[in-house]
Amino acid sequence: MLKFCKHIFSLVALSASVLFFIVTNSFANPTKVGFVYLTTPGDHGWTYAHELGKQMVEKRFGDDVKISVVENVPEGPDATRVIRELAKQGNEIIFTTSFGYMEPTLKVAKEFPNIKFEHITGYKRSNNVATGNIRFYEGRYIQGVVAGLMTKTNKIGYIGAYPIAEVIMGINAFAQGLRSVNKDASISVIWANTWYDPVKEADAAKVHIAEGADILAQHTDSPAMLQIAEKNGALGFGQSTDMSAFAPKAQLFASENNWGPYYIKKIEQLKNGKWNTGDGPDHWAGNEWGGISSDMLKISKFQNMPDEVAKKAQEALSGIKNGSIKIFAGPLVDNTGKEIIPAGKTLDDGALWGMNYYLKGVNGKVPG
Amino acid sequence: MESLILTIIATSIPLLMAATGELITEKSGVLNLGVEGMMLSGAVGALGAVLWLENPYFGIIAGAMSGLFMACIFSVFTINFMTNQVATGLGLTIFATGLTGLAGAPLVGKTIPSLPKIEIFLLSDIPFIGNILFKQDLVAYLSICIIILITYFLKYSKPGIILRAVGDNHVSAHSVGYPVKKIRWYATCFGGMCAGIGGAYIPLVLTPHWSEGMTAGRGWIALALVVFASWIPWRIIVGALIFGGITIAQLVGQARGWPIPSQILSMMPYLATIIALTIISSRISKNNSVVPASLGKPFFDTQ
Amino acid sequence: MITFTPRDKVSNSWTLIGPILSIILTVIFGLLIFTFLGFDPAETLYQIFISPFSRIDRVSDIFVKACPLIIVGIGLMFCFRANVWNIGAEGQFIMGTLLAGSFALLFPNVETKLLLLCMFFVGFLGGALWAFIPAILKTKLNVNEILVSLMLVYVAMLFIDFIVRGPLRDPMSFGFPLSKPYSDGALINKISFPGIGYLGQLHYGILFIILLIPLAWVFNNKTLAGFQINVLGSAPKAARFAGFSRERITMSVLLLSGGLAGVAGVIEVSANIGQLQPEVSFGYGFTAIIVAFLGRLSPVGILFAGIIIATVKLGADNAQMTMGIPKVVTGLFEGILLFFLLTGETLQKYKIKWSWNK
Repeated sequence: MLKFCKHIFSLVALSASVLFFIVTNSFANPTKVGFVYLTTPGDHGWTYAHELGKQMVEKRFGDDVKISVVENVPEGPDATRVIRELAKQGNEIIFTTSFGYMEPTLKVAKEFPNIKFEHITGYKRSNNVATGNIRFYEGRYIQGVVAGLMTKTNKIGYIGAYPIAEVIMGINAFAQGLRSVNKDASISVIWANTWYDPVKEADAAKVHIAEGADILAQHTDSPAMLQIAEKNGALGFGQSTDMSAFAPKAQLFASENNWGPYYIKKIEQLKNGKWNTGDGPDHWAGNEWGGISSDMLKISKFQNMPDEVAKKAQEALSGIKNGSIKIFAGPLVDNTGKEIIPAGKTLDDGALWGMNYYLKGVNGKVPG
Repeated sequence: MESLILTIIATSIPLLMAATGELITEKSGVLNLGVEGMMLSGAVGALGAVLWLENPYFGIIAGAMSGLFMACIFSVFTINFMTNQVATGLGLTIFATGLTGLAGAPLVGKTIPSLPKIEIFLLSDIPFIGNILFKQDLVAYLSICIIILITYFLKYSKPGIILRAVGDNHVSAHSVGYPVKKIRWYATCFGGMCAGIGGAYIPLVLTPHWSEGMTAGRGWIALALVVFASWIPWRIIVGALIFGGITIAQLVGQARGWPIPSQILSMMPYLATIIALTIISSRISKNNSVVPASLGKPFFDTQ
Repeated sequence: MITFTPRDKVSNSWTLIGPILSIILTVIFGLLIFTFLGFDPAETLYQIFISPFSRIDRVSDIFVKACPLIIVGIGLMFCFRANVWNIGAEGQFIMGTLLAGSFALLFPNVETKLLLLCMFFVGFLGGALWAFIPAILKTKLNVNEILVSLMLVYVAMLFIDFIVRGPLRDPMSFGFPLSKPYSDGALINKISFPGIGYLGQLHYGILFIILLIPLAWVFNNKTLAGFQINVLGSAPKAARFAGFSRERITMSVLLLSGGLAGVAGVIEVSANIGQLQPEVSFGYGFTAIIVAFLGRLSPVGILFAGIIIATVKLGADNAQMTMGIPKVVTGLFEGILLFFLLTGETLQKYKIKWSWNK
């Protein structure tokens, strides 16, 4: 009953906001929106996912928005200048789409208190800087389930970009999924120390395969790993966007980042004066952190796997969606045998961002 | 183990090709710091050609031609206009990084077929060794052939001896009547083509992609390899394998959980080069015949 | 057929004409390339060369961008004048930054700018130490400084990466490779103009250039050491006869240029970043080589050269923002510019003669 009321309420709220939107926009000028990209979008990976989000914004708002994009902005002093330039050009909301833009975004935001800033994947907020992120790790859990059912050698090769909490929680979620179906399999991790370097990622994939891994997973951006898997008869998962075009026989599925709904929501909030940074400027609750249930993470078609595996994967997917699967529920033990939390408890978001250990099922230890 | 060795060999081949070319260039007395740029243009040229013509073998040719193009620019300035070779070489690398970035922008995200492996009749059936040595691609065989050929060329052939004479003392070579500038042009162009093929190998075999600056410093390593090998061709093979080996060892170490930070392992090739340079240089001061004596000096043609 | 004959005396007019002509030729070549690639040449020209001057805060950002280039360039000037080929300024920049940054992080709550002053010295020391390796190898064992200094760039990049991800990582950064923020005493403030406020990123670090350039000029032209460097570079034999110690000069110019690169790093990070991160340099050490050449190895020239290169870099950003031209094109301009400049250098020493009959 309560749920039903909630639905009704959100429906009313939605129609009200749509109405409000129509009314305000019949008079308003187009909202100027700025995007800062780390690389050129190309047709796969991190920035391309943002580009798709941007296209959804264009489709949704049409002439009601005017979008400026700057590509290839290195994370450093150049970013400060570029963001300020976008602010000066009169953009009302600016999305900075890489972690390294955190300090530059905050710096410029201080100078332009009337402009809204949206920093993607960061953890620092201020009065006019909000942060948004995706629960990438939810997709990793499903990857783990599929990997555990598909592996023959019980060796999983994982290529990580940097040993940061976001990547580590992905590895741990993968391990949880893996061990939920296969207690004998384990994960080896190679850190590429880069988000995008096809040569290095390919080398790492080759080494994983040479070391006996038959399922590869990645938290880096290029499709190089999948291509190496395809060539060597191994299997793997796509990153950020569907990569089956690069590896039609090797991609099991891809976790797709779906930024569009978030962008649209925030721009709508701006248009009707409801834009906010969440609750409290320096608390995790202020972060918009959406996953599978809020459609910010999408799972592409299950392929190259038997039907019963696909069925299990589908179960995991709907389990996460309806909340019946809690990925980091206790008892949790790290890979040295130390207890993280006892049974009956679940790690909260703050604890996820503090992860600097591997859970059981992952070999080695976190560098640094 | 076998596939690890194959990976190491594949990683070494771009270095091997580029360093071999640079060795000939340096033997003629030209220090070409533009190898990195030539490799980059080789890579982008190969990708473009294969996308267009859909045959990876054209990639090798296109890579060589792109490298040659860069070598021509370098030669015009350093040999004809007698500009400083160090600065021109650096300029060439910066120029090529820009040019390839611009030319490569439409290629981002495109992917190409790889260079096929060629099995050598019977030999490829030898267990272990056959798989490693006789199931390689064309460029791998080519690089070994070139090493053998230039060893012979430098030691026994007349043009090879003239080349060395030009590199050792361009003034006396000129007075004997050898066309110093022409010979340096040829040597630089040969070096450029080799570097171009080395660069082409990266998209053709290692990973079928374009990304800005994808040679990631291999050209500089090739330069260091020449010194590391003290200008003796076969030693380049050893050096290239050591370099490739360390690159891969760093990854294997991580996968197996060795407790050494990956950055420290990645430093090893560079530190090894410095140490090798030091050892070679201290030996050179006793016996000055290893380094081409005119290396890096512009030649002024008195007419 | 082109033939060259040596001039009796180095042509003075070419010293000035050379760079200007080179810039003009570079622009023409650049336009040809852009036209060939299908970009509107006039618009490109405007974005790259004019738009950085179109607003006062943009102009001040040119100086901010030029600042590290000029400081590193001045250091390299000493080396190149002495014919010592330090191309590892990038690594020296990084090591100076790293050492000074680690020093700053030892004093997390210091407000006084004395800390900043100390960081300048530590940064100088860090850069000089890194340059000491090629210097000692060059002077004692005659090891090629080009390759050693270059290899050390890669070592330095990996080293700072290791430090920032490991020992100096901020425990509050959620695993991201960032150090703790510097304390206020370690930061260089932005200049606040009365009535206007801040102009872009313009900061007090610029003052260091204003100090450095006259000093460098005096050193070059009025001191014995400057004289010795010039003689060693232009006439090594004469230097030997005069009894100048080649070893000592080589050592000093390398230490000096390394140290200045380190100081440039301190200014850049304290003014613009405020903490250590894996990437602190963005190629300043390499670009400064071009700046040094474009400035004809003279302090005032380097000032202008730094401004020109910085303009092109900012212009390329604008061109990317408005026209979608990849910003790597700056490399294209820098490369072509360098080619022409070096040719100009040859023309300074040789007369050129065209003849069509051969």
